[in-house]
Amino acid sequence: MSVMGLFFIFIASVVVLWLAREGVMSANWLEEGEAVGVAKRSGRVELPSPLPAAKVGLAVFLGVALCVFSLLTAAYFMRMDTPDWQNPPLPRILWLNTAFLVASSVALQWASFAAAHDDATRLRVLLKIAAATSGCFLLGQLWAWRDLIAEGYYAASNAANAFFYLLTAVHGLHLLGGLVALARTIDKAWRPVERAALQTSVELCAIYWHFLLVVWLAMFAMLAGEMNGFGALCRRVLS
Amino acid sequence: MTDATMGDATVAEEHGVPPAEVPELDLYHAHTWLGKYVFSQDAKYIAIQYAGTAIAVGLLGLVMSWVIRLQLAFPGAFSWLDANFYYQAVTMHGMIMVVYLLTAVLLGGFGNYLIPLMVGARDMVFPFVNMLSYWVFLLAVLVLLASYFVPGGPTGAGWTLYPPQAIMTGTPGHDGGIILMLISLGLFIVGFTMGGLNYVVTVLQARTRGMTLMRMPLTVWGIFAAAVLALLAFPGLLVAAIMMLFDRLLGTSFFMPALVEFGEQRNTVGGSPILFQHLFWFFGHPEVYIVALPAFGIVSDIIATHARKNIFGYRMMVWAIIAIGVLSLIVWGHHMYVSGMNPWFGFFFAVTTLAIAVPTALKVYNWVLTLWRADIHFTTPMLFALGFLVTFVNGGLTGLYLGNVIVDVPLSGTMFVVAHFHMVMGVAPILVILGAIYHWYPKMTGRMMDERLGKIHFWVTFLGAYAVFFPMHYLGVQGVPRRFYELGDLSWLPPSAAALNVFITVAALTVGAAQAIFFFNVFWSLRHGKPSGPNPWRSTTLEWQTAETPPGHGNFGPKLPIVYRWAYAYSVPGAPEDFLPQNAPPLKGEHAT
Repeated sequence: MSVMGLFFIFIASVVVLWLAREGVMSANWLEEGEAVGVAKRSGRVELPSPLPAAKVGLAVFLGVALCVFSLLTAAYFMRMDTPDWQNPPLPRILWLNTAFLVASSVALQWASFAAAHDDATRLRVLLKIAAATSGCFLLGQLWAWRDLIAEGYYAASNAANAFFYLLTAVHGLHLLGGLVALARTIDKAWRPVERAALQTSVELCAIYWHFLLVVWLAMFAMLAGEMNGFGALCRRVLS
Repeated sequence: MTDATMGDATVAEEHGVPPAEVPELDLYHAHTWLGKYVFSQDAKYIAIQYAGTAIAVGLLGLVMSWVIRLQLAFPGAFSWLDANFYYQAVTMHGMIMVVYLLTAVLLGGFGNYLIPLMVGARDMVFPFVNMLSYWVFLLAVLVLLASYFVPGGPTGAGWTLYPPQAIMTGTPGHDGGIILMLISLGLFIVGFTMGGLNYVVTVLQARTRGMTLMRMPLTVWGIFAAAVLALLAFPGLLVAAIMMLFDRLLGTSFFMPALVEFGEQRNTVGGSPILFQHLFWFFGHPEVYIVALPAFGIVSDIIATHARKNIFGYRMMVWAIIAIGVLSLIVWGHHMYVSGMNPWFGFFFAVTTLAIAVPTALKVYNWVLTLWRADIHFTTPMLFALGFLVTFVNGGLTGLYLGNVIVDVPLSGTMFVVAHFHMVMGVAPILVILGAIYHWYPKMTGRMMDERLGKIHFWVTFLGAYAVFFPMHYLGVQGVPRRFYELGDLSWLPPSAAALNVFITVAALTVGAAQAIFFFNVFWSLRHGKPSGPNPWRSTTLEWQTAETPPGHGNFGPKLPIVYRWAYAYSVPGAPEDFLPQNAPPLKGEHAT
């Protein structure tokens, strides 16, 4: 559960920064009048620049998703410390899948630039590439499951195998949800919509994909046994 | 308009502040009957759907508590009440009350109704997601109820669903019930996350002009903190539920150790039931405060309004809410004192647990100091708020006993624990919910609830709840075990323990039946209640200042209110009335920034 400690420290710092930005320290309840912003020491009233609600919503959701993945990591580290634990050999297709996911993330970032420069043709191509590579990633993950099952590494035969299926499934479901949002964005890109709205949608997709890429890289390293030392350290701190 | 406000407006303009009059441009309008009354995207309507569904399923939870009490008072007297049914009743009672009633009413119900109105927003920021949240919640409830109709019935594993027994043969509902329970919990969490995103982002992004964080009513602060807490805590339950579903359906051994079941070796090895307990209580403890924090907020506002006095120590109240929220995330281990852990672990969790007493006591002092020399009106909502205060202190004090490892170990398996958590997170929040319904009913319907019936309802509920749970402390100290189907002949129990159990059961049946007064009042007042006008309690917060009562779609008519002060301007010297609404322009000569 030390992983959760790290997670909390991260969330707490974000919350503290946010509350400070929103002026939780100013004594507005004592003031009368339209205190529209946060009074700075200079006496100037400043407004926190407004963010689109959808962006804040995504940030909060990423916090929740990060919590889910941190808990799974914590569970992984706690469970691996038993004599029956045996890591399955990782299917080599995972490297290819990783490449697909990286490509997808890069394409979306590029698409976000294209949207900012109002380059509609390039944007459409890049969005399609991102969707296609993400699809390839998901198919590749299914292929990896098939490989493991073919070699007899069933979920029921060892908890390490079960964790492999569980983690990839949860990650894949998050990506699948992202694909729904991406499909809606692609739909927007072909219709005459307000430019700012389209730009926000593409940007949000890009952020979400980067998040899922980072999560995948961490999980890949963990499943490959690269983080065993970290796990042991976590267990030593709390047990 | 004074010069000061003019100056304010100029400053606002310079910094590109949006105009205060927000047209209804981006508000969704339903065109069909179905869109207006069934698949509504209006937070106020969703709130009533949420609360209605939760209270309906809560009545089932109430009936289940009757089943438990009948067995405890008259063991063996009813042929239909066998051990399996008893354990199923215990499980369903706990799960329904904690998750499907309290969480759903306080966040889904009051959160949806009050957040947009109190912060001066037209609606939640993502109305469609908000609607989806309710329908997923309803689906979760239906899946839960469906478990009564599968072979073997609902799960009887206890509301904590501890493995390995939860999925082993011999536990009632081990084949279908437990699967449906886990799926239902998963759905509930997905639905709640949709709603929770809305509550948090609406508070952060959709506050009207002048509504700074430190001017928000404490109700909004409480619901906001609880929503954040729930978003961080529910994933624990989600992960635990998914992993247990794997164990049950795929035969994995996340939580299942090597076991012999009915003389046969199970195919699992090395799983850790303690891991489940960590995940479960990682959710389970914050859950107490997910329920308590909105209650704290609502009580603060009810007390300030009905005592015609500003809340004592507003800033301390806000920080106490935040501190309780933060602390509650690192105390889950106190539910596992008897699981055999490292003594330092127990030490750590005992320290954090007892530390929560500091901000909580601070809040209690501030409520009491708010009441000190105030102009207290003993209206029904106020009675419920005061009832909460007393009950919460009672329940909190026994929490100090149980927070200590050395006291908890002998008491953990007894009725003392049952008495403790029912006082602190059963009776106390329910009193607040009832009080809040009496308080905001006029805004929701435009009519007052009947005061005389309300007072009868309060006294029966309040005294009745004490008659039920006070003697349970005594039974616990005597050593009456909890969770047992039958006590049999326990040598250390005096015969009076059985008599006391009968007394408790009679009280429980009475209190439960007395809720009929409340439901009668709710439905009767819909048509026959006294018209309330827009602001019957002469309250300052924005929801009472709407043009229409009940507020229409979009809440505030053409112009959003501008907020000029905090929510507790009661009995301000020099003011024309004994309250100044948050959106009333500053008085002449009043100090302005």
